[in-house]
Amino acid sequence: MASSLILQAKNLTKIYGENVIFRDISLDVRKGETIVIIGPSGTGKSTLLRCLNLLTRVNSGQIFLEGREITAPGTNEDQVREQIGMVFQNFLLFNHLTALENVMLGLTKVKKLPKEQARQKAMQELSRVGLADRAGHYPAQLSGGQQQRVAIARALAMDPKVMLFDEPTSALDPELIGEVLGVMAQLARDNMTMLVVTHEMGFAREVADRIVFMEKGSIVEQGAPDDLFERPQHARTREFLWKITELYGKKEKP
Amino acid sequence: MLSNFLSYIVQGTGVTIAVTLIALPFGLLIGLLLALLYNYGNRWVARSAGIYSLLMRGVPPIVLLFILYFILSGRLINLSPFWAGSLSLGLVSSAYQMEILRGALAAVGAGQMTAARAIGLTRLQAIRYVILPQAIRLAIPPWSNEASIVLKDSSLVYALGVPEILRRAQQLSATTGQPFLAFGAAALIYFCLVFLTNRALDYLAEKTKLPTQPV
Ligand SMILES: Nc1ncnc2c1ncn2[C@@H]1O[C@H](COP(=O)(O)OP(=O)(O)O)[C@@H](O)[C@H]1O
Ligand SMILES: [Mg+2]
Repeated sequence: MASSLILQAKNLTKIYGENVIFRDISLDVRKGETIVIIGPSGTGKSTLLRCLNLLTRVNSGQIFLEGREITAPGTNEDQVREQIGMVFQNFLLFNHLTALENVMLGLTKVKKLPKEQARQKAMQELSRVGLADRAGHYPAQLSGGQQQRVAIARALAMDPKVMLFDEPTSALDPELIGEVLGVMAQLARDNMTMLVVTHEMGFAREVADRIVFMEKGSIVEQGAPDDLFERPQHARTREFLWKITELYGKKEKP
Repeated sequence: MLSNFLSYIVQGTGVTIAVTLIALPFGLLIGLLLALLYNYGNRWVARSAGIYSLLMRGVPPIVLLFILYFILSGRLINLSPFWAGSLSLGLVSSAYQMEILRGALAAVGAGQMTAARAIGLTRLQAIRYVILPQAIRLAIPPWSNEASIVLKDSSLVYALGVPEILRRAQQLSATTGQPFLAFGAAALIYFCLVFLTNRALDYLAEKTKLPTQPV
């Protein structure tokens, strides 16, 4: 509990037109913590992540990054996003750039590193996800699992304070899921601060410090993996966990 | 006699090429600006760009050419028929080029913008380094088509008295009484220009194509 707050959400509410996507969500993310968010689809998990790095504006509430309010007017949103890494369900690599160039782009254009320095840093990040030998490949020449690992490297290259993952393995063939979860588990061991939306219960159980169960736009309950999985406090959590194990089966360890 | 005849028409080719080389890039510049405003501007700006495109594409080019010529070589602005004609042709083309680029920008997809913003790129940087390089690749084939249309439509400035290929063919036909030869030569030159342009752009598309096959 001694470690400091990296990301803090206070009473966030998001409304699209008439639809309340979520209401009064509060969440603390501490340094080095891995939090897994689970919940049925359409619950607002993706929208919450998008709000946290200001890709979407919340209707009310406050978000703090290392104690500084980033929802305050006049905040430089580009600077905030530079510090928050994001990994998407469908990878979203830049299709016209090689793996190396994908990782380099933010380094040269946002961090303004000289090209050679950017290349070295990008190669380091690609090695970290085990893809140094694919540096010259275009996204279309990589498997889904490889693309997602490049996307992780691209986010890591910016030295983010926290990484957001939005169902990073949901678009992958089953045999490719493990390599991505493996990279994420390693990141967690390296004390990266992570907020992960996933249906991979095996990963959640093994890697998460805390599980947050979200449903219909609110946080139903949260707790340590063993508590939440073994002794869920709410009937809805129990039902969801039961359904998800039916659907996805018992997952092998990452 | 025949060589004099042909060289007179061929001299018009330079004018035709010059008109096209002014009209096409001018139309591209405005078309690109409008397409960006349409895709990324606020609702009001986007709607204005849409209306511009609708109006420009709803009127025959020759009618627009006369209207624009009247404006560009009027009292306020006074351009030569050559410049007024070339720029007018460019404006007409800008609406079609806008549509091409608008489609290409949409085809790149919103996800690329999201991913670019997520690493801290500004909107303009994202457009410049992520969206445009992909959109332009997608736009080359339809743009090649528009380039040949502008090349052929450059014959419309004939009506303003600019001595391009068609005007010279018309003059020759009248003075020599050989319409078939005169217009046949004009047709052949247009065909060659269009053919070469399309081939050049096909080559460009091939050169900039992204690899898709696993290596
Ligand atoms: N841009 C948008 N405009 C309107 N509604 C949206 C938009 N994005 C998401 N929604 C709605 O918000 C709800 C939550 O979506 P999402 O955050 O994707 O849920 P989850 O990730 O938990 O599946 C859905 O009902 C979806 O239709
Ligand atoms: Mg989602």
